[in-house]
Amino acid sequence: MPVLARELEAAGFPTVLVTPMPDGAEHLLAPRILGVEFPFGHAFGRPGDRRTRRRVLESALTLLSGSGAPGTRVDLDIAWPQPRGEAYKAWQPKVASPLVAMMLARQKR
Amino acid sequence: MRIDSFAFLPRSFRPLFERPPRLPEHEAAVWTPFSKRLAEAKIALLTSAGLYVKATQPPFDGEREKREPTWGDPSWRPIPADVTTPELGMMHLHLNETDILADHEIALPTGTLAELVLEGVVGAATTRHLSVMGFQQAGLEVWRSETAPAIAALLREEGADGVVLAPA
Repeated sequence: MPVLARELEAAGFPTVLVTPMPDGAEHLLAPRILGVEFPFGHAFGRPGDRRTRRRVLESALTLLSGSGAPGTRVDLDIAWPQPRGEAYKAWQPKVASPLVAMMLARQKR
Repeated sequence: MRIDSFAFLPRSFRPLFERPPRLPEHEAAVWTPFSKRLAEAKIALLTSAGLYVKATQPPFDGEREKREPTWGDPSWRPIPADVTTPELGMMHLHLNETDILADHEIALPTGTLAELVLEGVVGAATTRHLSVMGFQQAGLEVWRSETAPAIAALLREEGADGVVLAPA
């Protein structure tokens, strides 16, 4: 996704990336980064949590419109409300992705 | 404070994501200034959750990915700004889709953006937002050469002033 952000930025569109992996986005030189310590697939919070998604989107828009230099990173101080172990399991697919299945098969060899 | 980028990731995945390889063309910073006030600007949203409109669009190609595990479908879908959750399907083999299919706003907050437009915080939303399928390894070059230019053309047509991208 940082690659796509960079391509769109180069095409003339300011971008902000809302990501649970801001370290990787920084390394890939995404122009504006909003870090959220949320499980994958939940960039704007949990289903039905209007307050959190509004806060995340407003923060992203503030960063988009207000930052003045490439590589600006802000990390949101919002703790995920579920126990970490539970959330860690919940975002993952019921069946391992083809890539993970391939990696696991290689490890077993 | 700095958040933990690996808080919800299996430990074995960490080396893959810690310092992902940079493309040779992406070694320098890139920047387009945001030139308007937010209250006068038109904003687009983009998710990589693999969302599509069930009635009118095909799902992303998961069958080929099952055969070729390092390949991800590099195509894209325009998503109407007034879409409702039941109209959306999701094809992403790396995620549990349950929560997004219960409330798409957690990946693509179309309604939340519309609220901010109504309140005058944001000038406007594009009539179409965007969806891609975020797992890209072998498909990355097509993302760069075809998908990104096509999305940029749509954003130009829509008069977008900025984009909020949310990886899934």
